[in-house]
Amino acid sequence: MKKRVVITGMGLVTPLGCELEAVWKKLLEGESGITPLVDPELNCFRSKIAGQCRDFSPLPYVDSKEEKRIDRFAQFSYVAGIRAVEESGIDFSKENPFRCGAIVGCGVGGLGEIERQDAKLDKCGASRVSPFTIPKIMLNAASSHLAIRFGIHGVSYGVATACASANNAMIDSYRLIRDGDLDVVITGGTEAAVSKLGLVGFAAMRALSERNDEPSKASRPFDADRDGFVIGEGAGILVFEELEHAKKRGARILGEFLGYGVSTDASHITQPDSEGVYAGAALSAAVFSAGLNPEQIDYINAHGTATKLGDVAEVGAIKRAFGDCAKSVAISSTKSSIGHLLGGSGGVELIFSLLAIRDNVVPPTLNLENPDPACNLDFTPLVAKERRIKYIVSSSFGFGGHNACVAAGAFTE
Amino acid sequence: MAADRKQIEAKVIEIIADQLARDKEQISGASDIANDLGADSLDLAELMIAFEENFDIDIDEDKVGEISTVNDVVDQICKVLDSNE
Repeated sequence: MKKRVVITGMGLVTPLGCELEAVWKKLLEGESGITPLVDPELNCFRSKIAGQCRDFSPLPYVDSKEEKRIDRFAQFSYVAGIRAVEESGIDFSKENPFRCGAIVGCGVGGLGEIERQDAKLDKCGASRVSPFTIPKIMLNAASSHLAIRFGIHGVSYGVATACASANNAMIDSYRLIRDGDLDVVITGGTEAAVSKLGLVGFAAMRALSERNDEPSKASRPFDADRDGFVIGEGAGILVFEELEHAKKRGARILGEFLGYGVSTDASHITQPDSEGVYAGAALSAAVFSAGLNPEQIDYINAHGTATKLGDVAEVGAIKRAFGDCAKSVAISSTKSSIGHLLGGSGGVELIFSLLAIRDNVVPPTLNLENPDPACNLDFTPLVAKERRIKYIVSSSFGFGGHNACVAAGAFTE
Repeated sequence: MAADRKQIEAKVIEIIADQLARDKEQISGASDIANDLGADSLDLAELMIAFEENFDIDIDEDKVGEISTVNDVVDQICKVLDSNE
């Protein structure tokens, strides 16, 4: 028999901060986490803005020795993961460690460290390259550090499906618990790619917004004047737990993971299928695998990165999956506030969606002042909207053609 | 000029303390870097790079295996510095 999977802890690191409730409040109030890049090494390229976690420090969760051994992307997930575990109240020393897991998505791993060590190699020679290079850059380090921290001996691995990484990680975690293999998984996604190569690489694709003079206005999903996504960084990590296991230890249940849909465009390495055929199939599968119908979905946390092609394709996907209900479902892109956290986005967005369920409020799509006529759905422009929310879908679509949508709902017996 | 051993030892202890997040007071010439101070193989490799960069020297790979205490490090650095003169 399939097990039910609930969420018992949530932690995040975002450009709006690391305190869950404070971040949520800022999000609802329409605050932007997008700021000018000030580092002279970073603000010399086409896009000079980003959603940076400027005040982030991994202390006191790591000592200064550990800090040097863990790259920024894995520090984000480490801190978010510890916060999530703290909230869940779970004591891993009392768990069967082989029935616990850590699965964390990440798009590119330690891009900044790759740059630093490559520069060192060029300048000083091979003998000066740090022995921590590989253990820092490997994107699976995010899950390993959490496993080490909590003595988790069941499965742990990284998931890389670009911007869909977090959703794919959470889908794997859900399945492992649902099928009875594990009781608890620490899961979600993380990214720290606001680096030279990150900025230059995405800019070379003309994927990044260059609205450098108005950082808070730059991330404009579904707006006619959008000009690309704003790169962001951060992590969203959750504790997934088998329902009876959670009940037995008296855990506070924050929501239920109900289903998922995945598909692959298999057409172009970066361009989404313009009609959103395959993304729509994933969205549809997420709804139906949750045992729901489209009219029961109250909120869609859209992928909505604010690229010209991606947003229109997503509108197509929603229309295909939701049919007549597409016009009535509340939708928003929280990337309008914090930018695109790439491999970290799905984790943060599921957390936002669960908070939307808790508080019955839809977070806004900032900067949606002049809607693209091709994006004619209810994208919750500019201000948050109260609405009864029981069921949500959160979408992520990654370069490589990866479509991963998850469905969640308020927990009821 | 022969290298000033006391100064070198102080610098070596400073580097180790920083790398391993230890108080300098906990470290003496006799401290075993792995067994007493908790360095793993990656820490040892990183420390060698830090010593090389700090003193602008190259420590022979073959000699690295002979190093276990702070005194061993200082001896090795002094030897290289003296031979560089």
